[in-house]
Amino acid sequence: MDTKKIVIVEDDPMIMLSLQFLMKQQGHQSHLAKSGEEALELIKAIHPDLILMDVMLPNRTGVEICAILRDKAEFQHTKIILLTAKDRDTDIQKGMDAGANAYVTKPFSTIELTNTVQKLLAENKIKP
Amino acid sequence: MIANFGLFLLALAYFGLLFGIAYYANKQRKAGRSLINNATIYSLSFAVYCTGLTFYGNVGSAATQGFMYLPIYLGPTLMAFLWTGILRKIIRICKLYSITSIADFISSRYGNSSLLGGVVAIVAVVGILPYISLQLKAISSSFQLIVDFPEEFITFSLTFLPFTKVTTFYITTLLIIFVIAFGVRSLDATERHEGLVAAIAFESIIKLVAFISLGLFVVYGIYNGFGDLLKEAKQIPELESLWTLRSKNNSYEEWFFLSLLGMLAILLLPCQFQMAVVENVNESFLDRASWLFPLYLFLINLFVFPIALAGRLHFPNTMDADTFVLGLPIIFKQDFLVWLIFIGGLSAATSMIIVETLALSTMICNSLVVPIIISLPLVKIKEGPALNRILLFIRQGSVVLILFTSYLYFQIASSEASLVSTGLVSFLAIAQFAPSVIGGLYWRSGTRLGALFGLLAGFSIWGYTLLLSQLTQAGLFPQSILQEGLFGIEFLKPSQLFGIETMGPIAQATFWSLFFNTSLYIGISLLSPQRAEDRSQASLFIDVMRYSIDHSHSKLWKGTASTHDLRQLLERFLGKRRTEDSLQIYATRNQFELQENLQADADLVQYTENLLSGTIGSVSARIMVESVVGAEPLKMEEVMNMLDATQQVISYSQQLEEKSQQLLHANEELQKANLRLTELDTLKDDFISMITHELRTPLTSVRAFSEIIYHTPDLERAQREEFLAIVIKETERLTRLINHVLDFEKLDSKKMKWNMEPVEIQSIIENAITTTSQLAKDKNIEMLCNLPDSHPKIFGDHDRLTQVMINLLSNAVKFCPEEGGKIWITLNHLGSKAQVLVRDNGVGIQQEDQEHIFEKFRQVQNPQNKTYSGSGLGLSISKNIIEYHNGRIGVASGSEKGAIFYFTLPLLS
Repeated sequence: MDTKKIVIVEDDPMIMLSLQFLMKQQGHQSHLAKSGEEALELIKAIHPDLILMDVMLPNRTGVEICAILRDKAEFQHTKIILLTAKDRDTDIQKGMDAGANAYVTKPFSTIELTNTVQKLLAENKIKP
Repeated sequence: MIANFGLFLLALAYFGLLFGIAYYANKQRKAGRSLINNATIYSLSFAVYCTGLTFYGNVGSAATQGFMYLPIYLGPTLMAFLWTGILRKIIRICKLYSITSIADFISSRYGNSSLLGGVVAIVAVVGILPYISLQLKAISSSFQLIVDFPEEFITFSLTFLPFTKVTTFYITTLLIIFVIAFGVRSLDATERHEGLVAAIAFESIIKLVAFISLGLFVVYGIYNGFGDLLKEAKQIPELESLWTLRSKNNSYEEWFFLSLLGMLAILLLPCQFQMAVVENVNESFLDRASWLFPLYLFLINLFVFPIALAGRLHFPNTMDADTFVLGLPIIFKQDFLVWLIFIGGLSAATSMIIVETLALSTMICNSLVVPIIISLPLVKIKEGPALNRILLFIRQGSVVLILFTSYLYFQIASSEASLVSTGLVSFLAIAQFAPSVIGGLYWRSGTRLGALFGLLAGFSIWGYTLLLSQLTQAGLFPQSILQEGLFGIEFLKPSQLFGIETMGPIAQATFWSLFFNTSLYIGISLLSPQRAEDRSQASLFIDVMRYSIDHSHSKLWKGTASTHDLRQLLERFLGKRRTEDSLQIYATRNQFELQENLQADADLVQYTENLLSGTIGSVSARIMVESVVGAEPLKMEEVMNMLDATQQVISYSQQLEEKSQQLLHANEELQKANLRLTELDTLKDDFISMITHELRTPLTSVRAFSEIIYHTPDLERAQREEFLAIVIKETERLTRLINHVLDFEKLDSKKMKWNMEPVEIQSIIENAITTTSQLAKDKNIEMLCNLPDSHPKIFGDHDRLTQVMINLLSNAVKFCPEEGGKIWITLNHLGSKAQVLVRDNGVGIQQEDQEHIFEKFRQVQNPQNKTYSGSGLGLSISKNIIEYHNGRIGVASGSEKGAIFYFTLPLLS
């Protein structure tokens, strides 16, 4: 199993801990950010394969960061999963419009989440 | 001895003078200098009241009955005080509605009744003819007296010589010419007769001068003043009865009724109506007339009694006392005075004849003939024959008719009856108009039928009691009626009707005729239904003083007519030239051009009606205009209904406006409320979204770790325990959150259960500190307590207040910086209140947030990581709790200096 670079953006330490554990369980390397600003720097620095990002972030929302990343050529193909407590259709639509690859609502099923992550990372592999 | 022919020439010359004055006045008028636009002239024209009756008859009456000649002058004097009320109102009405005669007045007042107008005209003509004929008799007598005196003075009788008859005939003819020339030359009766009025005023001066000259001659020429005359008279015992006020036929009733008769005559005699109302130029002239005319009456009566006494002293009892006035200067051979008296008598008689004839001719034409003519189908056709010449002819013809009938009456019926008594007979006939005229001015319920029956009843009694006796005396009826009553019933004796014996024939006739007249007028008016038109006309008359003098107020017309139609109508009655002139005046006045085929507006229709009223009387004018306009004039009732409707619309629209104002206001309120609601809705939405988020966050951890533990059986023991601890902690967090929401819901809907008891504040603070100390320790926050030694107590719920304190402390912990955080807790004693302060050294609360921080659903943003934390309910719940304890909660904070939250609670006394 290839080790992938995953950036986790989450302000709640408990959720962060659970996500970190799950990624580690899958054999991926996690990089953590608590806020939007922090996340942007981190992402630019390490060019992750996948980003797990909360929507309700301090300073910047996950949707905004998603849009910023998609504007840059280097992050066109970076997989982004938005995590959110908001599950209204409009919120989901906003996230998808901003260029997220998946939208996972909290509380999430760990199996579902890891499946989604694996699926998206596998897509990356197929592409040249 | 004066030659017959010379006397006639003198009369001719006098007439010439009259014509000259009248002509001059007319010329002045045309030059724009109206002679009669003068209060003195107007007042003098009232003196048409002093006729040949006054001039010759007063002395005759005084010589036989003492002061009984006075009441009919006292009456007018009394009436003069009432003029400003009654007469002014009549003048206003007549000017406003173009009324030109008393018949027109009464018929207009009672619903434009042509029948009533006709009856009034007949009563007036029948009543006045003897009076005119009386004047002719006075003229004729004066001729005869001068010619025949003194040969026949002892048994002076009225068997006229051919010469006198012829002379009287000539004079009658001259009068006809004068009246036609200066009274009936044009058709418009509303047009004032300047020349005629000027001549009448002149005649008033002549007769006064003549009579006073005689008086002065008698008192100071024949005798040495009043005293001398009285001394002479006192030596003759027969004369004593003359100056004692109480004698036969001299009762109070007699005085009262004769005065009443005088009062009514000055108002209602056609000649007085003509002079006072129709010829009036300015209402305000009444003010002068109301003292000048009584003064005139006083002067002309001043020498009556002395002359009467002198006559009795110089002439035998058998002689007709009416001849004393001329007889005295004749026997004293005062030729000039004889001429002067003759002219004075002539002027007194002619003035009355002229004016009376003019007034009667208007009445006959407009109230009798025209209503008949216009009811003919031929006349109603629009393109009928021109009527103006025919009408003029009718009016002139009626002048001729009146004067010749009077002349004939004088020839046939003039009997031995004295001047005064014949005059009073006419007065009483005219007095029959009083109930309908005076009632019509002030009593709204008077009706056409009431007026008609009252008038007919009064007139019948007049005819039976007075006219009959005159005609009987003239030999037209058997004498037995007078002596024994009708059919020999004494109860019906004309001179003592229904057995009244205390009054003279005139007074009792006055009483009975006016009694029945008034009773029927009132009675039938009350019983008979009032038509709409009766009511409208009543209102137009009675409320006339409320209208301005502006003619356009009088009536309203609905329906339409073209200007052309109206012009045609006018031309038929007024002639082409006057129509053209009148319309031109109208056009100029209203500043527009008259277009023939355009519809005439209501104003022009009204103008046409007014023009026609002057020519054919108001009632007929109305009928003619109706025929052209093709619609009835608006009835007062309709106008009232329209006004009512308008009023309703106005008040309705006012109500509407009010309502719409209220609605607008309500709408604004609603908008505000809506806005507030939307705001609340947004807040609630945000709140729910926030609560959901807050609930989901611990739930997410709980689920995630539970699943991890479940799916990872080979999890290290230490890690498993760590994860389980997280699950437990997050579950507690969830519970707390749910409790907050429930608390808030209870407080908000006032379902919270309170456990109120005396509580020490210290224990609350210490409890809260104990609870939050672990939180503070986790962040290395130092808690500094400053509590007094005293233990102030308050009355409250220990647990709830602790909740508040915990909330404030955990907030402070949240806002404290990561390093070196400090929290100060202070309890102060402020009078009857305890104050608790919680201060931190965090970044403080933004000014704009301070205002809203206690509102429900507001979240305090954590300045460090700009997240919202908590439920957003903590402070709102705290505020509710503190306020329940009658305390106050607040925040005092500047950024950078940390936040100071405080609350005060009333101490338990």
